[in-house]
Amino acid sequence: MNRTFLIFRHEFLRTVRRTGFIVLTLALPVLALLAIGVFQIVSGIASPPAQVTKIGYVDEVGSFTQFTIQGNINLVHYDTPDAATQAIIKKDIAEYFVIPHDFLSTRTANLFTTQKELAPPDATTAAIKNFISSNLLAGKVPADVITVVETPLNLVTTLITSSGEVAPQQAGYANVLVPVVFAFLLAFSIIFSATYVLQSLGEEKENRLMEILLSSVSTRQLLAGKVLGLGAAGLMQVVVWVISIPLLLGLASSSIGGFISTIHVPAYFWVLGIVFFILGYLLFAVLASSLAAITSTVREAQGIAQLYGVFSIAPFWCLSLILLYPNSPVWIVFSIFPFSAPVLVMIRLGVIGVPAWQLVASLAVLALSVFGGLLLAAKLLRIYTLMYGKRPRLGEIIRNLRA
Amino acid sequence: MATSKKTARVDSQQALAVEVNHVTKAFADKVAVRDLSFAVSQNEIFGLIGPNGAGKTTTIRMVMDIIKPDSGSIAVLGEKLSEASKSKLGYLPEERGLYKKLNVMDSIIYLASLKGMDRRSAEEKADKLLVQTGMQSARNKKIEELSKGMGQIIQFIVTIIHDPEFIVLDEPFTGLDPVNTELLKKMVMDSRNDGKAIILSTHQMSQVEELCDRILMIDHGRSVLYGNLKDIKAKYRSHSVIVDFEGEPGQIPGVVDKHVHKGYVELVLDKGTTPKQVLDSLVRSGITINRFEVATPTLNEIFIEVAGKNHE
Repeated sequence: MNRTFLIFRHEFLRTVRRTGFIVLTLALPVLALLAIGVFQIVSGIASPPAQVTKIGYVDEVGSFTQFTIQGNINLVHYDTPDAATQAIIKKDIAEYFVIPHDFLSTRTANLFTTQKELAPPDATTAAIKNFISSNLLAGKVPADVITVVETPLNLVTTLITSSGEVAPQQAGYANVLVPVVFAFLLAFSIIFSATYVLQSLGEEKENRLMEILLSSVSTRQLLAGKVLGLGAAGLMQVVVWVISIPLLLGLASSSIGGFISTIHVPAYFWVLGIVFFILGYLLFAVLASSLAAITSTVREAQGIAQLYGVFSIAPFWCLSLILLYPNSPVWIVFSIFPFSAPVLVMIRLGVIGVPAWQLVASLAVLALSVFGGLLLAAKLLRIYTLMYGKRPRLGEIIRNLRA
Repeated sequence: MATSKKTARVDSQQALAVEVNHVTKAFADKVAVRDLSFAVSQNEIFGLIGPNGAGKTTTIRMVMDIIKPDSGSIAVLGEKLSEASKSKLGYLPEERGLYKKLNVMDSIIYLASLKGMDRRSAEEKADKLLVQTGMQSARNKKIEELSKGMGQIIQFIVTIIHDPEFIVLDEPFTGLDPVNTELLKKMVMDSRNDGKAIILSTHQMSQVEELCDRILMIDHGRSVLYGNLKDIKAKYRSHSVIVDFEGEPGQIPGVVDKHVHKGYVELVLDKGTTPKQVLDSLVRSGITINRFEVATPTLNEIFIEVAGKNHE
């Protein structure tokens, strides 16, 4: 059996059996399911079964006598504020509002309540507003016009392309949410998978296994088997997430509805997501291999890995700026810069349609960087993997690479 | 001093397992091996000795094709080592270890699979070797649960499980108790008797004397002693005899110096006197002779002498 495949299989199975890997893979679907469950529980508690609520009012204008039933809220008239206050004391009502005599000029009403709250609930505000507008418009405009006035505007946006066709990916917060969440998971998956490469090579060096392995396989076979095996494990993680997201969105739409149901992520996003994962992972993996070669311990290698790992998560530090100005030249440059490209392109894809030339440039630079990194890693592994003890200085590494 | 730069002749009837010709290897800051040549035949245990930093490990790594020589050539089992022919080699490096979290059987099977064994054959052979080494109770234990000596035996099993034609053992007995040392020595001898070629690298000169047929001593990357162990010892034999006697022999003709040790006396002879002439003189003197032998240096003494000269 091919030795590269044997190493691939060994690394893949060893990784997917790790507790940390299983937890991370299942974290997204499990946490999302929990979030949906918590939402349902909280919304169930926050929205008790429909029951009729009484709210008192004092009409100093003298024009508000009709439409006292607004959904589940009954509006009860009191002649004076004192009478309404007495009703509160007797617990007939929990709150009342006063429509002052100068309401038509000030457009201000006063609400008196026993509830300590930041702002009146939407249902209360809507009931009072509709009660006032219905009374003011009654007899002046048809009833259906009153309904239109009182119903909030439902503005549905459709993004069209420059040729006038409906864009495959629609804008809006809902449609940005999935790409941003996916990019976040992508960054973590790339970093974690590359860290597994670093740990695996580092452990073999630390445990003095490297020489035994290299008496059976070449450096190239060892590197290829490890990078592909651990990459396959990372890819499996991403695929689990990609499959679970639409299922979870469907589940969320049926229970949360509204906002979630408007989310539509086109197929090409997922394809690009997987391509960027593969290239991004390979880049970080070959760098991790180089680090494992020149360092003596896993801990030392992990410390240095943080320096370049920062680039993959840096786009999240500037997330609001990316969302506000997705076409800024700064983001275009960093979309082509190989370390930040995978995550940044995924975020920008959620906000705008990234031009094809930028996608091609980004993927090409990334692929070239992977190739260059692979050559570097293979050479460093050949030179340093059997050297234990003090980490070589940069000058020495350059001299050896040139030799 | 034997500083042969050419591959020394081995018995022409025996096939060569390893042939190293004028190999040189330099790293950034030093030359580790200089113009080194030697050969190892099948069916022999070949000792590779030398002081720390002499270039032994670099030489072994080049033979195993882990690192490439800058110049010169190496043939293993009659050909330039390739990825395919690595399965015919067994290597126990000095710096060695196993996957700590894996259990013994999985570790053996994985490393055996890299040598071309299928899972079933590897498992069957591993079970046999575990029984042979008295390690069957460790079969399902994790490597990290084993003692250093037990781990050492598992590593030895990994080295020979695929029945290699050529085996390199670098300090194989380090960390082993006397019982396990004898066990491994026997397995090494059995491998030699089965026709394998073995390179044994160690600082334990007594083990080299006990096990090896021929040796190569390198220092500063160069060959300083190479050949049959008996020939080397004969070459370094001092012109003296060791005698344990009772009585007073008086003046013995041909003896130029006398070193008294506990239990024996070493008599240093002049160049024209043979040990037999001294023995005759002693017999004629009428003393009781309990022991008489030609003084032969141990490999350890030769090692110290040669390495010491090179470091002066």
